[in-house]
Amino acid sequence: MSEKKRVHEPYARNYEIPEEEYAYSGSVSCPGCGAVLAMRYALKALGEQTIVVIPACCWSIIAGPFPYSSLKVPIFHTAFETAASLSAGVRGALDVQGKEDITVLAWAGDGGTFDIGFQALSGAMERNDDFIYACYDNEAYMNTGIQRSSATPWLAWTTTTPTERPKEERKKPIVEIVAAHRIPYAATVTLAYPDDFVRKFQKAKSIRGARFIHILSPCPPGWKAEAHDTIKLTRLAVQSKVFPLYEVEHGEKYTITVWPKEQVPVAEYLRLQGRFRHLTGTNVQAIQENVDREWTKLVAKANA
Amino acid sequence: MEKVITGNYAVSYGAKQSRVQVIAAYPITPQTSIIEKLADFCAERELDARFIKVESEHSAMAACIGASATGVRAFTATSGQGLLLMHEVIHWAAGARLPIVMGVVNRGIAPGWSIWTEQSDTLSQRDTGWIQLYCENNQEVLDTVIQAYRAAEQVLLPAMVVLDAFVLSHTSEAVDIPDQEMVDEYLPPYSPEWKLDVDDPHAFGALVTPNEYMELRYKMQQAMEQAIEVVERADEEFGDLFGRRYGLVEPYRMDEAEVALVTSSTITSTSRVVIDELREQGVPVGLLKVRLFRPFPAQIVRQALAGVSKVAVIDRNLCPGVGGIFAQEIKAALYNDGHCPPIFGFIAGLGGRDVTPDLIQEVISFTFEHDAPPEPILWRGVKR
Repeated sequence: MSEKKRVHEPYARNYEIPEEEYAYSGSVSCPGCGAVLAMRYALKALGEQTIVVIPACCWSIIAGPFPYSSLKVPIFHTAFETAASLSAGVRGALDVQGKEDITVLAWAGDGGTFDIGFQALSGAMERNDDFIYACYDNEAYMNTGIQRSSATPWLAWTTTTPTERPKEERKKPIVEIVAAHRIPYAATVTLAYPDDFVRKFQKAKSIRGARFIHILSPCPPGWKAEAHDTIKLTRLAVQSKVFPLYEVEHGEKYTITVWPKEQVPVAEYLRLQGRFRHLTGTNVQAIQENVDREWTKLVAKANA
Repeated sequence: MEKVITGNYAVSYGAKQSRVQVIAAYPITPQTSIIEKLADFCAERELDARFIKVESEHSAMAACIGASATGVRAFTATSGQGLLLMHEVIHWAAGARLPIVMGVVNRGIAPGWSIWTEQSDTLSQRDTGWIQLYCENNQEVLDTVIQAYRAAEQVLLPAMVVLDAFVLSHTSEAVDIPDQEMVDEYLPPYSPEWKLDVDDPHAFGALVTPNEYMELRYKMQQAMEQAIEVVERADEEFGDLFGRRYGLVEPYRMDEAEVALVTSSTITSTSRVVIDELREQGVPVGLLKVRLFRPFPAQIVRQALAGVSKVAVIDRNLCPGVGGIFAQEIKAALYNDGHCPPIFGFIAGLGGRDVTPDLIQEVISFTFEHDAPPEPILWRGVKR
């Protein structure tokens, strides 16, 4: 496969992550939770002039029970399927009050994004509503105890896709679907690449209109992985091309922002996760072929 | 300024004169012309509001919640199925104590498809913590939208302004559009103590343990109890400025009445004519219109019915397995009162079937002729 690399070094090099913290330490997440680090990076990029909307998801808990809050910025907790629609209302209210400079961040899990909140998300993207929708994707309903979502990877174990009959469908290509709404900005980020992560959130902040960021966010209990492997897993996900880091502007300009330098087989990423322990060699080969096919398609778009 | 407008446009004008700031809505028959008119007002800059044209009623209410929580006056309108789709977030709006006002055109619930009037849609939302006001004519509709904001913003509970499909929604009447300056005097800008504010960050709606949850509901009930007085005061103050009052309930020709007919919405208007005729014939019957259904003004209903020996309630709604919902509420209001006259629960006009003067007259005659209701549900005009 010929990979004509588009190298985008200028913003990737010498990048500094803001020192300011808007997420308090001591939240009630599980050890090794990717979603906590993700919020920390996102808010470092967005700053204190941010309002966060959280539908039902792990962050409903992580944000802290009344009267506590684990964030220094305002939070509105809302119903499962309403992250996008409620954020549109917050945006409208800010605009009519002349507060256009405040960022609205919808912060939802994969269930609230790929599944139950999908209609509201599509509506907001179609209207080009002016807020950032971030989906921290831990690839199943983790808050309810590891049930399959449409973000769950092909052949993975969950409590509703037991090993005797693991998930038979491939993961929904959410970024492709969202980008097809021709929104100004869609991107993927993950934790092993904090510079890329922060830069993309900052870029999103500088753009008006609908912005979507897909975050791969490991869940050690749900993935049956070691808590200390969270960062390693996200690096392997990128290097094995399971989760490429890229951005899409206006639904057509694709840019791969981190090119895998190591030749990492998918098996190396899967091996660290108990949810894939039941896979046969044939299964792993099929997954590898699927990953290669998707990567080729992505590279073709980036080179177009 | 007088205009000849439909009930739906009366809702639109009510929202406009209330200077709503964010509108989020989705079309549904027979509500649609409410939001069409508001879209015109926004496009023509007669109303300085953000109109979010959402992809469902569920999103309409969610967007209103977001807007209201961010400190602005939010409005939506819906009907029937749309209201039912909203159900989860209707609870959310009330639980978050956000004074959103929603115009609801009563519509029969499917299946089979009905677009005609019936109150089962709004009454199925009676336990959500929303104030509910049922209107009789287009002037009342317009005035009630403005009054609803005035009251809702004081008790921090959302309010539904309810009108009948077609009988009001698509019927034109002469309506006085209240002067904007006077409305501004009556309804000052919405300025909540708590809102989403980056300069004063708070977390709203977080997880609450059994240690705190019950107190949230207790406070909601207290606000509901307070709302009875607040809605009444909003109506009085409105009357002082604009010369029109409606009351929480309206007793009509109840002096010396032996039988009281209880109605709501447009069945009331028809009933007034019937009562006038019967009174002329010397029949001791009076009428009690119930305008405020939530909170239910039980004390006021008790007082209004104190002198009668029988009560006939016409319900254009059905709680399957029980009967008419207004009848239930009135029974509940009177039960512990000592004075508990027989209450006849009539069901009529479901799915938009006409409730005619003849039907109402028969209901009254039937009540006079029987000492007690022979059946728990007295169906009228049904083909068995």
